[in-house]
Amino acid sequence: MAKEKSMEKEVVTSKIIELIGVTKNYDGTPAVNDINLYVRKGEFITFLGPSGCGKTTTLRMIAGFEKPTQGKIYLNSVDITDLPPYKRPVNTVFQRYALFPHLNVYENIAYGLKLKRIKTAGVDKNGNEIEVMAKYTKSEIAEKVKKALKMVDLEDFEKRSVTTLSGGQQQRIAIARAIVNEPEILLLDEPLGALDLKMRKEMQVELKAMHEKLGITFIYVTHDQEEALSMSDTVVVMKDGKIQQIGTPQDIYNEPKNSFVADFIGESNIFSGTMVGDRKVKFMNKVFDCIDDFEKNEKVDVVVRPEDVEIVSVEKGSVSGEIISSIFKGVHYQMTLMVGKTEVEIQSTKCYEKGEKVGIIIAHNNIHIMHKEFVSNVYDGYINKNNKVCFADGEFDCDVTQLYEGSYLDDEGYLITKTGEKIDLTDVDVKVEVGLKDIEIIDNDVDGDACGSIISIVYKGDHYQVIIRTDEEEEDFVCDTEYTWNENDRVSVKIPSDKIKLKLKVEEAK
Amino acid sequence: MKGLRFSRKDLCIPYGVFLVLFVVFPLLLVVYYAFTSKTGQFTLENFIWFFTDGTSLKNLFYSIGIGLITTLFCLLIGYPVAFILSKIKSAKKSILLLLFIMPMWINFVLRAMAMKEILTLVGLFGKYNYLNTIIGMVYDYLPFMILPLYSVLIKIDKSYEEAACDLGANSIKVFLSVTLPLSTSGIISGITMVFLPSMSCYVISDTFSNGKVTIIGKLIETWFGPGDNWNFGSVIALIMLVIMFVTTLITDGLSKRTKTREEEL
Repeated sequence: MAKEKSMEKEVVTSKIIELIGVTKNYDGTPAVNDINLYVRKGEFITFLGPSGCGKTTTLRMIAGFEKPTQGKIYLNSVDITDLPPYKRPVNTVFQRYALFPHLNVYENIAYGLKLKRIKTAGVDKNGNEIEVMAKYTKSEIAEKVKKALKMVDLEDFEKRSVTTLSGGQQQRIAIARAIVNEPEILLLDEPLGALDLKMRKEMQVELKAMHEKLGITFIYVTHDQEEALSMSDTVVVMKDGKIQQIGTPQDIYNEPKNSFVADFIGESNIFSGTMVGDRKVKFMNKVFDCIDDFEKNEKVDVVVRPEDVEIVSVEKGSVSGEIISSIFKGVHYQMTLMVGKTEVEIQSTKCYEKGEKVGIIIAHNNIHIMHKEFVSNVYDGYINKNNKVCFADGEFDCDVTQLYEGSYLDDEGYLITKTGEKIDLTDVDVKVEVGLKDIEIIDNDVDGDACGSIISIVYKGDHYQVIIRTDEEEEDFVCDTEYTWNENDRVSVKIPSDKIKLKLKVEEAK
Repeated sequence: MKGLRFSRKDLCIPYGVFLVLFVVFPLLLVVYYAFTSKTGQFTLENFIWFFTDGTSLKNLFYSIGIGLITTLFCLLIGYPVAFILSKIKSAKKSILLLLFIMPMWINFVLRAMAMKEILTLVGLFGKYNYLNTIIGMVYDYLPFMILPLYSVLIKIDKSYEEAACDLGANSIKVFLSVTLPLSTSGIISGITMVFLPSMSCYVISDTFSNGKVTIIGKLIETWFGPGDNWNFGSVIALIMLVIMFVTTLITDGLSKRTKTREEEL
């Protein structure tokens, strides 16, 4: 198992691959950004992430096809950063197999063996025994190819043309072609991506078995979280060229480090919450006990797995709502509960019909709290009949034409779209986003558009971060300001209309 | 109305008429002339003349020789060019490709004349007629070699070369064992496009050797023109046709063999 290098304290002797500060830029933009990671000998490690997260680039740097822009790669403590691929004891199974079309199955598998030089005992001209580099003999090659074909269950396929093979068979030949060279590390670049579901499941099991049998290190790249969780010893979750989390599949699933990992690793409910006390978090307008200790008033992401939500009667529930959808999924029912304006995904073996009113409880150890990278205030709001946006106990001037590209308002206040369609925006639900620096705090509770009290002030080096909580809805405005305020000050806020970013809710659902 | 409706087949009519008038009919005429004497009697004398008369046969062999050497040099120069062009990633690529293709936009007689002036300038012209002819041919036909090679090389999936490198091959071995075999179809079509025309294009040989080198195309022209013996001319034309047919058969066979391997990958 691997850990992020910075966190690692104990001495680990069996690191086979180590990446230190590895960055890869393409035309100035980083595909991989300052990665630190090591892989232990014999482990099955998976790089998991959405497309464009840098997982394949990382793999290609280990294979030697790409050179890091910065940083070093070590193999068994030897710097291999500048070593060409053909000198690395590493073999790759390519995404679309890359079997040589002009060679048959035997020739494909034997390709690497024919090039290999092995140390054998020889005799120099003085009769002394020396070590010489020799090629494999023809019969040795034939034997190894046969063994490799047996390993992938394709005996007697030697003479076949690779173009006549099915996708699954090509996949096996590609694996055989790589493992026949007895590499120290096998790299697999989304090897099962082109196979159908059933075939993929079978190959997962076989690859896992092969890993155990061969005992070599597997580095696997995939965007399929289920594949990653079921096969790996260690999962490295990546996003935007950065490692989000490294851990065992269980760690990653049960203790995701941030909302991205939680969301990517499986279905989860991610709520915006606020810490309101010692191990108490408020979300869905209700205070829950939790086991994570965070600072009071910190904005956090709360992750709850759908299977960890327990349905009870309305009276017994911490919160309650109405089931708005219920779908049978084989083993369980997938239900959506509407609590106020928040949707909660629930998985249960017991079925509740659409329209039923139920309560839910969530055990305190099933509430996972994560730090939130707080960059802007986000609210649920709606447009009123004066084309102003209402959110957080206030009514704000805004530019509603940003909801439709190329639109304008007519004299009566209707929105005319680019295509000439006339839209009445009254009561349209919107997502409102306001930057931390765009909120102006006014020293009285009359002149602003919404008012409340200051509940927290934190000094952030060159500015203060102030949180203002509104009176009725108890929504928070987080603002960066140069001025000092005091806790419990009554204030109001003003936001310039061009700083209010609006998004249609329907659009977001897409 | 119904009787006037066109079906898709009817679109073939213009080409069918063209084919009969300008290909089938002239071909039949050539066959007729080849097997008849001046007075119109059936005879094999014309063929016997071709194979016993020393000059004609000699010209044929020289033509094949010039064609082969031209093709070889075009391949030796054209392959590296096409290979390098296919590997360039930047925006420079299209400009470079244009530089190699642009000569094709200029009238080839004009090009030949220009090259002749250069050869005169360096003092080669008039001294080495065969060398000059081959220089002219290579110069004129090089783009026809580069283009098919380039279009095949650019299509070879990069992952084949990466796989070979990954399995332990250095760049030379990668080229010899993967890139070269996978570009066979480009080599074959390049050869076809250079070898056959270079055997018969007498404008180039005339220009570069001042009329001293006679290739098979020139011979045909002579018999139909000043020589005034359509029967002899037709025999040579027919023999040319057979050579071309055989060459096409061989290259087709080769490309089919490589194609079955390339299919679907």
